[in-house]
Amino acid sequence: MSAPAICTRDVTRDFQAGQQTITVLHGIDLDIKAGEMTFLVGESGSGKTTLISIMCGILWPTLGEVKVFGTDIYDLPDDELVEFRLQNIGFIFQQYNLIPAIDAASNAAVPLIAQGMDRAEAREKAVAMFEKLNIADQADKLPSQLSGGQQQRVAIARALVHEPRLVVCDEPTAALDAASGRRVMDLLREVAVAEDRACIIVTHDNRIFDMADRILVLEDGKVIHDGKTMPETH
Amino acid sequence: MIWIAIRMLTGDPQKFFGLVFGIAFSTLLITQQLTIFVNLLNLGAAGVYNNGNGEVFVMDPASVTTDVTYPMPSTALDAVRSVEGVDWAVPQLRSAAAVRTAQGDLEQVVIVGVDDATLTGMPKRLVEGDKSDLRTPDTVMVDDVGATRMFPGLDPMGQVLELNDQRVVIGGITDTVPGFASTAVFYTTYSRALRYIPGTRNRMSLVIAQPVAGITPSQLVDKIEAETGLKGRTREEFTRDGIDFIIANTGIPFNFGITVALGFVVGVAIVGLTFSLFIRDNIKQFGALKAIGVTNRQIRKMVAAQAGLVGFIGYGFGVLATVGTMWAFSSNPFFKGFFVPWQVPLISLAAVIVILALTALLALRTVFNTEPAAVFR
Repeated sequence: MSAPAICTRDVTRDFQAGQQTITVLHGIDLDIKAGEMTFLVGESGSGKTTLISIMCGILWPTLGEVKVFGTDIYDLPDDELVEFRLQNIGFIFQQYNLIPAIDAASNAAVPLIAQGMDRAEAREKAVAMFEKLNIADQADKLPSQLSGGQQQRVAIARALVHEPRLVVCDEPTAALDAASGRRVMDLLREVAVAEDRACIIVTHDNRIFDMADRILVLEDGKVIHDGKTMPETH
Repeated sequence: MIWIAIRMLTGDPQKFFGLVFGIAFSTLLITQQLTIFVNLLNLGAAGVYNNGNGEVFVMDPASVTTDVTYPMPSTALDAVRSVEGVDWAVPQLRSAAAVRTAQGDLEQVVIVGVDDATLTGMPKRLVEGDKSDLRTPDTVMVDDVGATRMFPGLDPMGQVLELNDQRVVIGGITDTVPGFASTAVFYTTYSRALRYIPGTRNRMSLVIAQPVAGITPSQLVDKIEAETGLKGRTREEFTRDGIDFIIANTGIPFNFGITVALGFVVGVAIVGLTFSLFIRDNIKQFGALKAIGVTNRQIRKMVAAQAGLVGFIGYGFGVLATVGTMWAFSSNPFFKGFFVPWQVPLISLAAVIVILALTALLALRTVFNTEPAAVFR
C-alpha cells in the first residue's frame, strides 16, 4: 500500500483569545490518500478551516506533525516551506482572490511566474489550462469582465497550472445554485483529481456530499466521522 | 512578479495618481523652497557678483559684507597699492541715499561709486547704454531691477531724478543680480558719488584689488592684511560672507526650513496614507500570493517596485513643476538669475527616497503581518 498523501499525527491547535486559550483542534490523526476527492465537512467553528490551513502549510500547529507526500512540512525552514507550497500545493479560495488589474490568463499564470518562469511562457501554459476548462476565449479579460463562474474557473486554472500534488479547495460551491455547484464539482473531479494528486475540499454544502470519495466530519475540533457518505445524524 | 506589482498599482488609478501627486507635491515643495532659499542667500552676495573685476576685496576690519561696511580713509587705497603683489587697486564707495523721481515719489537707493579712470567695479554687462557714458556729467546708471521698479511703463533712459538735492540723469541700465533687499542701485563715478553722499571724513567702503600673475588671491589677502592692518577677502570668501550674513541675521533659514519640513511631512502623510490604503485594499491578494508560495523577498521586491515607480514619476513631475515655476517667475525682476542648483534636486530625491522607504516599510509590515491562512477566513 502506498504512503498517504497527507498524514497528520496528534495535530492540535490553540488560539489565544485575551487571557483564554481556546483549543480549536484536538489531536487530529488523519491519512489522506491521493487519487481521491476528500471532503472536510463541519459546522462553522468546527475547525475545518484551521485543519485545512495546517494541512497545506500556512498555519503552524501548536502540537503534532504534518507530512505532505512524506515531507514533514513544519520541520522545513520558512523559506523551504514557502517553496514547498509553491511547488506542491494548488489553492482554490472561496472568494477566488484574483488580482483585478491583470487579465485572466496572467492571473492563472501567477504560480508559474512566482516559480521564475518567463511571463509569456507561463501565460501560454495558463491558456492551455483554460482550454481544458472551456474558458480559453476569456484569457485576455480582466476578472471584473468575467462572470462568477468564469472567475472560479480562472481560480481553478491557477490552482492547477503548476501541476501540484495537493489541491486545496475552500467552499467551491458556497455562492452557487445547486446545478452550478454540481457542474463545478464535476469539473474539479475531471481536472483536479488524479492518481498522484490529493484533492481536499472544505465545504458544508450538503447538496454535493454525494460527490465525495471520502467525507471527514469535524465537530469541536475532532473528527467524528470518516466514511464514504455522511452519517445519518447530519 | 514585478510586472504584476506594477499592474496592481496602476490598475487602481485613483490611488496611483494619489501617490504620484503626493510625491510630486512633496518634491515641488521641497525643491522649490530649497531653490528659492539658496537663491535668496545668494542675493546676499549680489554686491560681489556685480563687481565685474578684481579678485580681492579690502575693507576696514569692522566691515562684513558689501552692504555692511565701515568707511576707510582714502589713504587706505595707497596702502593697498603699495603692497607687493598688487597689480592694480581701485576704490569703491557704497552708500544709501534717497532719490525723488520726476513723479515726486521717494525711493531709497544704493549708490555705488566706481573708479573714475577705469570704471572698475561696474557690472560686466549693460542692458542699455555704454560704460563710458558714465563720464557724461550728472549721469548715473541704474540696475535693471531698480529701473523696472522705479519707472514702471516708462523708458528709464534719460529720466531726470533728484538725488540728495542734486540732479542726476539715467544714462544706462546695468544687467545685475538684484540685492537681498531689492533696493535700486545707482552706479556712478567715485568722485561724483562723494559729491552725492555728504558725510564723514572717511567714505571709501572698499578697495578692489587684483594680484599680479603668480600670486593667488589668498596669498595677496594675507600680504595685505599683514602690511596694512586692513581686512582682505578673496572673491569666494566675500561671497560666502554675504551669504553667511543673511543666514545669521534673518529668519530665512528657519522659515524655509519649516516649509521644507512641511513638504516632507505632507509627503509622508499623503503617500503613507494612500499607500497603506492601497495595500489594505489588496491585502487579500497579497495574502493569496503568500499562501500560493510567493516569498517575502518577492513581496518586498513587489512593494519596492511599486514605491519606485511612484517615486520616479512623482519626483519627475515635482522637479519639472519646480523648473516650470521658476521659469514662470523668471520675468519677475525679483527672481532674476534664480536657478535650480544641482544639489537641490538631489536633496529632494533623498527626501523622496526616505518618504517612500518609510511608507513602503509600513506597507510591508502590514503584508508580512498578514497570515496566509487569513485567505481561508
